[in-house]
Amino acid sequence: MSRAAARRREAAARLGLMAVPVAFFAAFFAYPVTAIVARGLKADGVWQFGRIGEVLAQSDIRQVLWFTTWQALVSTALTLLIALPGAYVFARFDFPGKQLLRAVVTVPFVLPTVVVGTAFMALVGRGGLLDELWGLRLDTTVWAILLAHVFFNYAVVVRTVGGLWGQLDPRQEEAARMLGASRFTAWRTVTLPALAPAVAAAALMVFLFTFTSFGVVQILGGPTFATLEVEIYRQTSEIFDLSTAAVLTMIQFVAVGAILALHAWTVRRRETALRLVDASGTARRPHGAGQWALLAGVFATVAVLLLLPLAVLVERSFGDAGLGHYRALTRDDGGVFLVAPIEAVGNSLRYAALATVIAMVIGTLASVALTRRDAGRLVRGFDALLMLPLGVSAVTVGFGFLIALDEPPLDLRSSWILVPLAQALVGVPFVVRTMLPVLRAVDVRLREAAAVLGASPWRVWREVDLPMVRRAVLVAAGFAFAVSLGEFGATVFIARPDNPTLPVAVARLLGRPGELNYGQAMALSTILMIVCAVALLLLERLRTDRSGEF
Amino acid sequence: MNITKKVTILAVGLGLVTLSACGSSDGGSEGDGGSKTVTLVSHNSWAASKDVLAAFEKESGYKLKVLEDGDAGSAVNKAILTKDNPQGDVFFGVDNTLLSRALDNGLFQPYEAKGSLLVLPEFRVDGSGHRVTPVDTGDVCVNYDKAWFEEHDLTPPRTFDDLVEPEYKDLLVTENASTSSPGLGFLLGTAAKYGDEGWQDYWKKLKANGVKVVDGWEQAYNEEFSGSAGGKQAKGDRPLVVSYASSPPAEVIYADPKPKTAPTGVAEGTCFRQVEYAGLLGNARNPEGGKALLDFLISKRFQDDMPLNMFVYPVREDAQVPEEFTKFGPRAEDPETMAPARIADHRDQWVKSWTSLVLK
Repeated sequence: MSRAAARRREAAARLGLMAVPVAFFAAFFAYPVTAIVARGLKADGVWQFGRIGEVLAQSDIRQVLWFTTWQALVSTALTLLIALPGAYVFARFDFPGKQLLRAVVTVPFVLPTVVVGTAFMALVGRGGLLDELWGLRLDTTVWAILLAHVFFNYAVVVRTVGGLWGQLDPRQEEAARMLGASRFTAWRTVTLPALAPAVAAAALMVFLFTFTSFGVVQILGGPTFATLEVEIYRQTSEIFDLSTAAVLTMIQFVAVGAILALHAWTVRRRETALRLVDASGTARRPHGAGQWALLAGVFATVAVLLLLPLAVLVERSFGDAGLGHYRALTRDDGGVFLVAPIEAVGNSLRYAALATVIAMVIGTLASVALTRRDAGRLVRGFDALLMLPLGVSAVTVGFGFLIALDEPPLDLRSSWILVPLAQALVGVPFVVRTMLPVLRAVDVRLREAAAVLGASPWRVWREVDLPMVRRAVLVAAGFAFAVSLGEFGATVFIARPDNPTLPVAVARLLGRPGELNYGQAMALSTILMIVCAVALLLLERLRTDRSGEF
Repeated sequence: MNITKKVTILAVGLGLVTLSACGSSDGGSEGDGGSKTVTLVSHNSWAASKDVLAAFEKESGYKLKVLEDGDAGSAVNKAILTKDNPQGDVFFGVDNTLLSRALDNGLFQPYEAKGSLLVLPEFRVDGSGHRVTPVDTGDVCVNYDKAWFEEHDLTPPRTFDDLVEPEYKDLLVTENASTSSPGLGFLLGTAAKYGDEGWQDYWKKLKANGVKVVDGWEQAYNEEFSGSAGGKQAKGDRPLVVSYASSPPAEVIYADPKPKTAPTGVAEGTCFRQVEYAGLLGNARNPEGGKALLDFLISKRFQDDMPLNMFVYPVREDAQVPEEFTKFGPRAEDPETMAPARIADHRDQWVKSWTSLVLK
């Protein structure tokens, strides 16, 4: 076969791989978002770009912009600082209960912020731990928001960075030390460069999450602090000023686009072929005082920052009623829900499973297309496009769905499929960001060797790439599933009284006075927590069973 | 072209899954002209008893589908956004604070529901236009924690004026008027009481007296208010909260075991009356079904059933107010009210002034 033919084949394959994700994003993201922005900014068919200047001239809008940016920067730095030691401990050390703990630290990530914001008050609010110990109350300060962001995003760093760290061959660092490098130099020159793409990816995700933070800011920040996301929600949902909302959406878009470009620029040259090994072989029992101290420090952080708020939630679910609130969940009260609230568990699992499948298909295709060599500018742009849903307000997407997906063949507004579709939109970036670093780290010569030996491109992927990324696939699936379980913004749009999801059911119960409603909301949140932890644990199990084939 | 083939198969497969999933979900609600299904669009506080809804379906011959579109404010906005191609036939849940937004945007078409003459005259609006039908009413009032006031040997406040008295300093928590329906109701109550000019002075005094503002009812009631189950666990230290007149009965009904008296009370001189309306959507696909549904919403059966599901009062003169309501939360005698037109003229300006006065 001639070289030119091979290149054409390669280009065709890439286009084919990209077609599905592109179509998905065009239909369920670009089109609805454009529609709602146009509704706000177009008058009599003419774009009113003058509005941008008018909106930006308002000092409170500029203040929102400034606050959004700096709190996201500080939150990201704080999260990396607190979570990177955790990532190291989870990657390199073996200790009893490791899998359980890794699942548990991911739980905050999927809990609806309505619930966790409440529980987080038990740490920083009145009568909270800090208050009891030092008389320190942070609940009206920006620190509450920053710490809550660490609480929510801890798992993002532990999972993305820890995942790759565990697969780095520790012998490389050992070799550097044998050759005379100090422990720190060895880490800095060997491990850090290899980790950089994963750290950058984690930082990017944390930044995007905190930049678009909604529930945390609304609950812990009260009416004093507002991010762009909160402001867009207020303008769209409460004040109904669609043109201001459209301008803010565009600003958010530009900001997120700039950050993605910056990320792509810093990371591109650093992704190199790495020697990846089976993660289970790199972790060992800690030895020496230093390592034990590190382990203890990470445990203490996790206990105070992550487990305590979760424990408060569990405690409140019992209240004085013992198991009474749990029993009440199984009763069909004939009013609020039309079904027993416990049925929300089944609904949530079904939606999340479907959303995970969609996100995995779309995300895997996209990742494979993006891994291929000599990726052009088009492909890199596509990479950034995939991340945009994390940076666009759920209320913008939700309102966009309403006015865009309202005619055949895409009349999906009242269909339940919208829920898993919207959830998948948020899941895809996780899949891509988890799989891509690993896929790119696969030595291209392995693929070439397989191709030279006569393997078809599909076979090359199956025999070379897939075994290497299997672990990443599972991590990605776990993330996508967890994100779908806790998703609230899109779900609340189309929830019907006869099939609420867990977060929607919790929100409904919290919206009514009375002890039983509150207790049931807490009980249901605890169940959501357990469902999530069990799902993540099962995924971890799956991984270890297969690790022999790695 | 092995890869492209696989991709195509995957793409087609995904497409089929999506299509079949959508197909199965609506089981012919809109596909077959929609004549058999009637769709109610509402907010997430909608609730009704199963047997009452079943009776409607049986008697009218329509299958009822309910869509809940977020909180009351965003549900109205979404209905307006989609008015050319609405999601359903009837919208329920626009209250007097947002009514003008719905009417000015031409959300509804006129229909005089059967039984509308039995609706108490004080709740009727829109004259002979009949674009909306009143369905329920409720009062936004300051609630107090009885135990706290007994413990501190203090008489609970009764009126707006009381709230600015020094003995009630740092006791009240309310909601952001720009994001919360009871928060807005409370602001409108003060505007009705003290007038266009006076309300700002009142709020200055309230602020000086330590009123706390949080974003939503959930935080105010479940976190800050010392008299709720959530507030007790969260060590809430505000014994006064802006909530509803029906909250005390709810505290009794949703308790196990049920107490003999409500743990909370209502400051009757701090109430603002809200009325919720329903209407036939302009481009409803099934207008006949929608009309039947509107008739049903003010039927005696629905009006009798409604209070204990949504914790609101009926608007029909012959509907029964449940015993729990009369026993645990006496109706405010003389709540503040305001004509929807006046609310429409001033709402945005008041909220803006309030925001810079109280929050900044």
